[in-house]
Amino acid sequence: MGDQGSGHEQAPAARREPTDAFAAEPADAGESVFHARGLTKVYRMGEVRVQALRGVDLDLYRGEFVVLLGPSGSGKSTLLNILGGLDVPTEGTVRYEDHDLTVLDDAALTRYRREHVGFVFQFYNLIPSLTARENVALVTEIAEHPLAPEEALRLVGLGERLDHFPAQLSGGEQQRVAIARAIAKRPDVLLCDEPTGALDVKTGIVVLEAIADVNRELGTTAVVITHNADIAQIADRVIRLMDGRIAGIERNAVKKAPRDLVW
Amino acid sequence: MGALDRKLWRDVWHLRGQALAIALVLASGVATFIMFLATLDTLQITRADFYRDYRFAEVFAPLKRAPDGLRKRIAALPGVDRVDTRVVAPVIIDIAGFDEPITGIITSVPDHGEPVLNRLYLKSGRMVEAGRDDEVIVSEAFADAHRLQPGDHLSLIIKGRRKRLRIIGTAVSPEYIHQLRPGGVLPDFKRFGVLWMARTPLASAYDMEGGFNDVVLTLDPRANEQDVIDRLDEVLAPYGGLGAYGREDQSSNRFLSEELKQLQNSSTIFPIIFLGVAAFLLNVVVSRLIGTQRDQIATLKAVGYSNAAVVSHYLKLVLLIVLFGVLLGLGLGAWLTKSLAEIYMVFFRLPYLHYTLPPNVIANAVLVSLAAGLVGTWFAVRAAARLQPAQAMRPEPPAIYRETVIERLGLKRALSAPTRMILRHLGHRPLKSALSVLGIALACGIMTTGRFQTDTVNFMMNVHFGLSQRQDLAVTFVEPTSRRVLNDLLALPGVTYGEVYRSVPVRLRNAHYSERTAIQGLESGGNLHRLLDTNLDTIQIPKHGLVLTDYLGKLLHVRPGDLLTVEVLEGARPVRQVRVAALVKQYLGVSGYMDLAALNRLMREGRAVSGAYLDVDSAHATSIYHRLKEMPRIAGVAVREHEMDNFNRVMEETMLFWTAISTVFAALIAVGVVYNSARITLTERSRELASLRVLGFTRGEISYILLGELALLTLAAIPLGLLIGRGLCGLIADMIQSDLYRVPLILEPATYAFAASVVLIAAAASALLVRRRLDHLDLIAVLKTKE
Repeated sequence: MGDQGSGHEQAPAARREPTDAFAAEPADAGESVFHARGLTKVYRMGEVRVQALRGVDLDLYRGEFVVLLGPSGSGKSTLLNILGGLDVPTEGTVRYEDHDLTVLDDAALTRYRREHVGFVFQFYNLIPSLTARENVALVTEIAEHPLAPEEALRLVGLGERLDHFPAQLSGGEQQRVAIARAIAKRPDVLLCDEPTGALDVKTGIVVLEAIADVNRELGTTAVVITHNADIAQIADRVIRLMDGRIAGIERNAVKKAPRDLVW
Repeated sequence: MGALDRKLWRDVWHLRGQALAIALVLASGVATFIMFLATLDTLQITRADFYRDYRFAEVFAPLKRAPDGLRKRIAALPGVDRVDTRVVAPVIIDIAGFDEPITGIITSVPDHGEPVLNRLYLKSGRMVEAGRDDEVIVSEAFADAHRLQPGDHLSLIIKGRRKRLRIIGTAVSPEYIHQLRPGGVLPDFKRFGVLWMARTPLASAYDMEGGFNDVVLTLDPRANEQDVIDRLDEVLAPYGGLGAYGREDQSSNRFLSEELKQLQNSSTIFPIIFLGVAAFLLNVVVSRLIGTQRDQIATLKAVGYSNAAVVSHYLKLVLLIVLFGVLLGLGLGAWLTKSLAEIYMVFFRLPYLHYTLPPNVIANAVLVSLAAGLVGTWFAVRAAARLQPAQAMRPEPPAIYRETVIERLGLKRALSAPTRMILRHLGHRPLKSALSVLGIALACGIMTTGRFQTDTVNFMMNVHFGLSQRQDLAVTFVEPTSRRVLNDLLALPGVTYGEVYRSVPVRLRNAHYSERTAIQGLESGGNLHRLLDTNLDTIQIPKHGLVLTDYLGKLLHVRPGDLLTVEVLEGARPVRQVRVAALVKQYLGVSGYMDLAALNRLMREGRAVSGAYLDVDSAHATSIYHRLKEMPRIAGVAVREHEMDNFNRVMEETMLFWTAISTVFAALIAVGVVYNSARITLTERSRELASLRVLGFTRGEISYILLGELALLTLAAIPLGLLIGRGLCGLIADMIQSDLYRVPLILEPATYAFAASVVLIAAAASALLVRRRLDHLDLIAVLKTKE
């Protein structure tokens, strides 16, 4: 369980029907960016049939910082991938602004990812044959109003390591290159799948700060997946997943800065 | 340069070992393709140019003797363009220091100026001068073989009289590009000479003053060759015409055409095999290579690159490798073309070679290579790109492994865990394993083709010289002679045994099918010249009727029992109906055979013979040669031993080249396949192998898992490869059979052993290269990153 030892009670809202939970969102949360209803996802892993999502309803709002919290296998990566256009749901609908992602074909999903979404993966997924600067340039070359790769790397504190190859960078540095790559296109949403999962605490905090800075300074909607409940403290809202369902949604009264985290 | 293009260059650099291996495989295919087709083009164009520029005649008509005045009548025949008349005669050449009799053919050239047709290309010296009777021009090949130069001397033995002549030039003639002694198997430039002399002295030596015994002519563009031939035969009949014929029956041209036809067939079959195999391997290797980049493809897609962009990125990668291979192949092919074309000069004396590298050949090589590379890439990248990025980034689900048949048979306990891993991995992807096996097997198969020709030609020659032609000497007479001449020959000291034969030039006709050839009349019960079938059984010549080689039977569309029209092209030129008694399978030639007595009856002549086969005591060989040279009736002498030596020399000069080329190329292909298989398997399984190292397995043990798989694939491939090789050789044998010879499918065990060894060595070399990488497996890094 990712929220072991987090110490706080589950919000009463979580026990209600999820739809009601969203209805209960305060109006000042901003306009809805993502609007998902009845998402299910079934896929096969070898000979095993896995039900990753079992009916998820969800709204995300512009500029907010959301943490998706849940243990392994709770369906959070699947949800994130669907929001990011990397995967399509088996059933249900998901809208990004006025695009219905479930009806888009592959080319349209690609365009959606290219124009709106920045991804950060647990294992960085850098191209090993390209330097930090070039990995970022990979994205800026196909984006419309990108930051300069150097600027994006400076934002994550890597202005000095522009011409290093992934193999010459530490895990934290690689992840920050990945974040620079994700934000360089000035995405509308930043989707991060366990960005600190492969990192030690100290490095993890540096990476989370980079994400928080982008969220704050560029106003990018940020969704971060983690199974570490402590990290949830830096979010505006925390959405808990369990067995492919939303188990609860809560709003942090106080949003901590990443450097104040202890875990 | 965009970031993606930079990735491209770095990936190519990173994959340089594999890229080079693929490029070399492709280069081998392209080089073979270019080499054959460019050589074919070079020879065809050179021949056409030479024929045109040196006015090669289109119709040829030998005859007994006609007065010079007849030339005007011939020139006036409808359809005739230019006419030239000549004196042509067989001759025995004597060169100081060379004991054996040299057979030759001497042709007149005008006392002044150039011949009208069949002009000489002078390689050195000059043409003859009027008023001199001691000048001779020799063919360049003959001059080279004996190191003769203008200014040197040689003697001709004309009708038993010796005449000393000065060489004034060396030349090449369109008429004698292929110089073969009548009845010979391969050109022997030392023992067969082509000479030219001024008309007046030559005519006087042969009692041809005021006459000629050979006509050549060219045709009006609109003329029908057969009509002209018929009219010419009519005109020449009273003068002992021996039957006019067109270019297609002209000896040199016919051999050249047959050889070019064969080269054309080789140009089809070898490049298809090589390029086809290269394309197949490229396809397999590229698909697997791209499979290993599955996560990078997913990342590119995740950050917003379209399928088209991803596909084109990998197409560019493959294109680079393919282009490199093609360029390498083009260079190599152009270089090899020179070597191959020069090898043809061992048989064919063209004065020069117009090297061509036809653009369409290059274009085809490039297109086939590109298509092969692109199709392979297309499917592989499409498969990778079609995955949802989310799915592609997830580690692949654990593959479904099963116990293999061997384990289920109860041998499980006998197998160690690593051995079981090898077996299950191979069984897990049977198609991939099968493709690897097929790739290596193809390389092994190609290897056999290089030595197949040597094997089979050696076999044919052993049959020809060892079993069929058993005489020490074959003597031909100037003209049909009484068989009593055999007694004169047997009386020579050192001649121990002799038999006679009759050879009659004929045209065989069945309806509209016709072939110009010779009927050999052999003594019944003869021992020195045996007719053999393909089972190497001796064929007894029937007392009546004609025996044909099955190939000739096929050309004429006749079966045993059918009647065939025999038009004799000699003497009174009788036309007879003869029943086909039998068809026999033979490797060489398109002859007909008859019982000697039956042939004499057919000719309505006495016991005439054309030549004799002799056994001699080798101690007396030199003195026998000298005596034979002085005998006026003898037109030529062939020494079997020298023919065999010559044959071996020619084989060495020609076959070794192809054996070397095909061996190198097949080895490259073998290394390309095995090395790439091993490298890709290493990439696919490095995590698994590193995990085993972490668990305490030694380097040797994990090497066993990877290299054991490779070894198993190689061992499975070799028997299959030998079978494929046999199949390919059978295909080649079918493709290259011609008038001159049928090719039996003979593969020596040594050839199989050789092919298998080269593949094993290639596999071992690849294994060593991969083993070095296994030793440097980074355990920590491999375990840290996801799959």
